Amino acid sequence: MDTMSQILKLLEKNDYIEINEFRMDVEELELTLMPTLQKVVQKVAEKQLDAKKELENNLAFKYPVNEYPGKVNEVLLGGKNRNTVKLGGQNSLYRFEEPQPNAPVVTFDVFDIPMKGLPRPIKENFEEVMDSPGEWARKAVKEFGADMITLHLIGTDPKVKDKSLKDASKDLEEVLQAVKVPLVIGGSGNPQKDPLVLEMAAEVADGERCLLASANLDLDYQKIARAAVKHNHAVLSWAISDINMQKVLNKALIKEGLTPNDIVMDPTTCALGYGIEFSIDVMTRTRLAALKGEEILQMPMSSGTTNAWGSREAWMKKDEWGPTKYRGPIWEVVTGLTMMLCGVDIFMMLHPLSVKTLKEIGSTLTKEYKSKESQDISEWISKF
Amino acid sequence: MKATAMDIYKLLPKTNCGKCGDASCMAFATKLSQKEAELSLCTQLTGLEFEKLSKVLAPAVREITIGVGEKAVKIGGDEVLYRYELTYYNPTAIAVDLSDDMDDCAFEEKLNAIETLEFERTGETLTLNAIALRNKSKDAEKFKKASEKLKNSKLPIILCSFDTKAIDESLEILGSKRPLIYAATEKNIDEMSKIALKHNCPLALFVPNNLEKMKELSRKLRNAGVKDIVLDPGTYIGESIGDTMDNFIMIRRLAVEVNDEDFRYPIMAVPAVCWMNPEENEVLTKMKEATTAAALINRYADVMIVHGIDIWELMPILTLRQSLYTDPRKPQSVESKLYEFGTVDENSPVIMSTNFALTYYTVAGDLKSGKVNCYLLVLDTNGKAVDVAVAGGQFNGKAAAKLIKESRIENIVKHRKLIIPGLAASLSGEIEDESGWEVIVGTRDSSEIPAFLAKIW
Repeated sequence: MDTMSQILKLLEKNDYIEINEFRMDVEELELTLMPTLQKVVQKVAEKQLDAKKELENNLAFKYPVNEYPGKVNEVLLGGKNRNTVKLGGQNSLYRFEEPQPNAPVVTFDVFDIPMKGLPRPIKENFEEVMDSPGEWARKAVKEFGADMITLHLIGTDPKVKDKSLKDASKDLEEVLQAVKVPLVIGGSGNPQKDPLVLEMAAEVADGERCLLASANLDLDYQKIARAAVKHNHAVLSWAISDINMQKVLNKALIKEGLTPNDIVMDPTTCALGYGIEFSIDVMTRTRLAALKGEEILQMPMSSGTTNAWGSREAWMKKDEWGPTKYRGPIWEVVTGLTMMLCGVDIFMMLHPLSVKTLKEIGSTLTKEYKSKESQDISEWISKF
Repeated sequence: MKATAMDIYKLLPKTNCGKCGDASCMAFATKLSQKEAELSLCTQLTGLEFEKLSKVLAPAVREITIGVGEKAVKIGGDEVLYRYELTYYNPTAIAVDLSDDMDDCAFEEKLNAIETLEFERTGETLTLNAIALRNKSKDAEKFKKASEKLKNSKLPIILCSFDTKAIDESLEILGSKRPLIYAATEKNIDEMSKIALKHNCPLALFVPNNLEKMKELSRKLRNAGVKDIVLDPGTYIGESIGDTMDNFIMIRRLAVEVNDEDFRYPIMAVPAVCWMNPEENEVLTKMKEATTAAALINRYADVMIVHGIDIWELMPILTLRQSLYTDPRKPQSVESKLYEFGTVDENSPVIMSTNFALTYYTVAGDLKSGKVNCYLLVLDTNGKAVDVAVAGGQFNGKAAAKLIKESRIENIVKHRKLIIPGLAASLSGEIEDESGWEVIVGTRDSSEIPAFLAKIW
């Protein structure tokens, strides 16, 4: 590169340069510096234009909308004899970027045994139907607008009632008959028995596309996955607040023949005040990874929001904390709502009031920004 | 984007003079990048250099102080959109309102309730942070009288009125307490910014549901010389709660990702607007208010005003705030060792639990309130709760036996009986085999321990 080109190169990056001990032939100066000067002048003018543009850009409001290379899979539940529900499908983080295609779904917990130990605010709503899972499910749908029902077959646990597969299948039949909504079918949490129970359930509900809950790395998940493939169900992939464990499990399930559209993830919901921050972090990171294009994490997410009722603030009788009748539902809805804001698509819940509140807010996610007329709050200071 | 230690070092004098208390400029730069030191400690910077470095160090969201003295509250200061990236800095300041038309008695009562409300979680006392005085009467005189009643209040104050005369007169009384002025609007902005500058107080800017206009007016305030600005884009509820969240998210994203100078300020939420259109009963309105508050604490509210003062309504809000603002890099655990409760002797019961902070403080609270005399062996489960540690294998026979040996509890008590949590029942055989102690399965919840011990010990 000759000296002049070097100077030009420098001028590209800077408005001016200082040259020490400069010496040059006069003829050359006229001939060669003229185009250089022109270039400099042009450059400065361009820069000024850029600065002006930048200033204008700064003055105008621009929506901070991002683009995402990835998309969350859409998982379909129900069909055959039931209504259908769709989960997931987002390809943006927020609705001002693009409204979500599907509103969050709430599935009501129903148990195969009378749950005398449930906290009072829940029992009050379901006490008279607790002896029959079918009646219980019907009430949740008819009176409280459940989108789905989760049947927990906890009576099958050898330590609970050790119900036989045949008895459990009767409970399932009863619920299948009682409601038209799609089902989540849950085991008891016993790692030996759950694969057998869920395999039975898959067969009994053949073709109804239920969500089998759940597969995890501590039990024979292959059995559950194969039963789901054979009878056309989806599977809940449950990892304990660990993204890597979630990836391993998702991969393992796909290896057994499930497609990415047959899997819903449960990254574990820690209740409000009991580690909710861990769930916030793991769900946020999972959803961001999905939108950034990490395929193995592009499944919709589920939250066991009912965990909130395990918090002592939700159930413990303590006069200085006020009535549990109010505390319980608030604890559940704040837990669910927080998870919803992290991207969760389906919620397992128990209390009618928390469900109503969550669904109200959830339905706004499918709306467009400012598509609803909002009330006038300009004078709020003097209005209550 | 947050400045690295290297970015900062480049702008320091690099003399290693040590006057800041650190041996080298690099060490000082590292502290500055982690917000562990103040730039003013460096005595060698010229005015211009200082200014340049201050700009580099400024967080994405400006940090603003409301109030003076011990109870002054800082808001803003955030650098990130997601807490796992760094932690959120100053916890949302929560204010409860008082209106200027309340009679003296009701005013005193609510003021007292705001100042004394507290409850304890994991060793931390959770309280409210500020009082919002509302000019409900729209009468400047009444507002001034109510301001008098706050002269001796300890908590920081938010003065809420759109009437510049009311604000100015109230500031004659409360100005030295550095209250947050709420609010400048399109109509009063010129006058309000003058008042804020005159009394050197932070100023909120209220522009309902119009970020375009908010940008314009925020710029106007900046140009007028107002530095401490708080942005309120309006809190809408019901079918418009989505708009509220969108506005909050966009403002924070513009601050952190776009670096838009007009939005680099703390955000204010007013869940109290739920009371403009109350639900069919008060309980439902309070639930709606708590839900709205929870949604907006999750989505970047730095300061908020609520109306309800019931503990059951405020508990979830304060708990959520505490959870969100913990440092994700620090484990939530206590030291694993032997603890004593009440007066103990060689016959006192020995209970075992885990070192998850929440578990420990819950158990400790129950033992204290139940006036139990006992030893508590706290096992190192990497800060995991009992059920998680049992499932995850950190709570096991060998670990329990090791803790019994190392704590020397065998030299302290005569008996060999260990009470374990009900949730760890499945480990009883394993612990007996490893330790040689007799294991008693205790209660599932520690609140039942006092009654349980009274029965079996």
